[in-house]
Amino acid sequence: MSQAIVNTVRQFLEEYIRVEKFENDENIFAKKYVNSLFAMQLILFIEKSFGIKVENEDLDIDNFSSVNAITDFVSSKSTV
Amino acid sequence: MKNKQLLESLSAYSKEVLIPQAGEYDACQAVPQSVVAELAKMGVFGANVDTEYGGQALNAFEIGKVSELLGYASGSLLSLFTVHSMMTFALQRWGSDWQKDRWLTPLAAGNLIGAFAVSEPEVGSDVNGLLTEFTLEDDCIVVNGSKQWISFAQTADVFFVAGKLNGAPATLVVERDTPGLEITPISNMYGFRAGMLGKLTFNHCKVPKAHMLGQNPLILAQIVGSVLDHGRFTIAWGALGLSNACVDASIHYTKTRYQFGEPLYQHQLIQQMLTNMLVATRSSRLMCMDAASARDESDADMIIKTAAAKYCSAENALKTANDAAQIHGANGLSDQFPVERYLRDAKVFGIIEGSVQMLQMMIASQGNQWISH
Repeated sequence: MSQAIVNTVRQFLEEYIRVEKFENDENIFAKKYVNSLFAMQLILFIEKSFGIKVENEDLDIDNFSSVNAITDFVSSKSTV
Repeated sequence: MKNKQLLESLSAYSKEVLIPQAGEYDACQAVPQSVVAELAKMGVFGANVDTEYGGQALNAFEIGKVSELLGYASGSLLSLFTVHSMMTFALQRWGSDWQKDRWLTPLAAGNLIGAFAVSEPEVGSDVNGLLTEFTLEDDCIVVNGSKQWISFAQTADVFFVAGKLNGAPATLVVERDTPGLEITPISNMYGFRAGMLGKLTFNHCKVPKAHMLGQNPLILAQIVGSVLDHGRFTIAWGALGLSNACVDASIHYTKTRYQFGEPLYQHQLIQQMLTNMLVATRSSRLMCMDAASARDESDADMIIKTAAAKYCSAENALKTANDAAQIHGANGLSDQFPVERYLRDAKVFGIIEGSVQMLQMMIASQGNQWISH
């Protein structure tokens, strides 16, 4: 797992998540740290920051549920 | 170059036909088919569609300018462009190849007109509370329920419909001639009177499964959210157009109307109103440009910036139209002057595609990341 991706994702999430501390494996949707509006912003951020295209078939909540999940998703798309 | 041509053609057509005739459309509560055909010929209905589907592929600033030109002429024409482009946006971003072939290309050419059907008699902003039901039946989806306040329902060929499938939000496309779909015109609205609104009633209306867009909750959140976001953007620019129209009408009126031996514009309290109108209109423009810039950059903040632009522009349109009517005195309440229509239409901007209050909630909860910088 790339630490650079983790750092970039965390930096973005910290701007939106209003809790003092959250772990990389915490489910940000299940814990209601974010809402569906944020999901749109997150996908725009991922596409722009990592230069990848999020396709319809990628839009599974499991790909975006935590810092670790997002990092895994970005890594897998980057190697395609 | 092609884009510049579209904007120039639309600007000229607006001055020659749309602005002079908009009052008639309002009085008759209809947009003539000849106008729709002319807008189609210019490429307006494919403004936000990629060239591979026959569209114009305009950038956000250019889409904003189209919206501003239409909003200047008529709120109803703006709503035609808005609901149609919401549908083309959804199909282009989320549609299957089959859906694009069937609907997107003819929509971009203006051979089909699209409409957006989310609101229901009992449901407005709360998409999770939709009562329209989609039920799977073999290779079809059966639609039951009703939709209310659907702009251009009276003439649209295809409808982008939101409902619930197995309790979760879902969207699909319904063609006008589908058995079980009944369309009832709605007349005598307060504003956007030429918006040709209608109520859709789906009574065991069966469409092929291939008409569905999105198959899981995250895609659906993206579809509905991004389509509304697109609509907010065009409405924001359209409201800016209406503010501009109010300013132009008021400047013209205050230069030609004399009271106490001097033109109205020399009276200081009139100058105060003109100043407020000019500054409000300029602030709307800057907010719209900020949103357009974020959209062209695919910036994550584009959604909240668009919401803020729509909020600002809608509020300013209402204030500006109110001042314009006040400046015109009794003339401002007469259908012999366009400001009476501007005031009625301005009220609509604060309600459609996210009410002022819904947008305030969005901005308060998510806006500090960029507003504070």
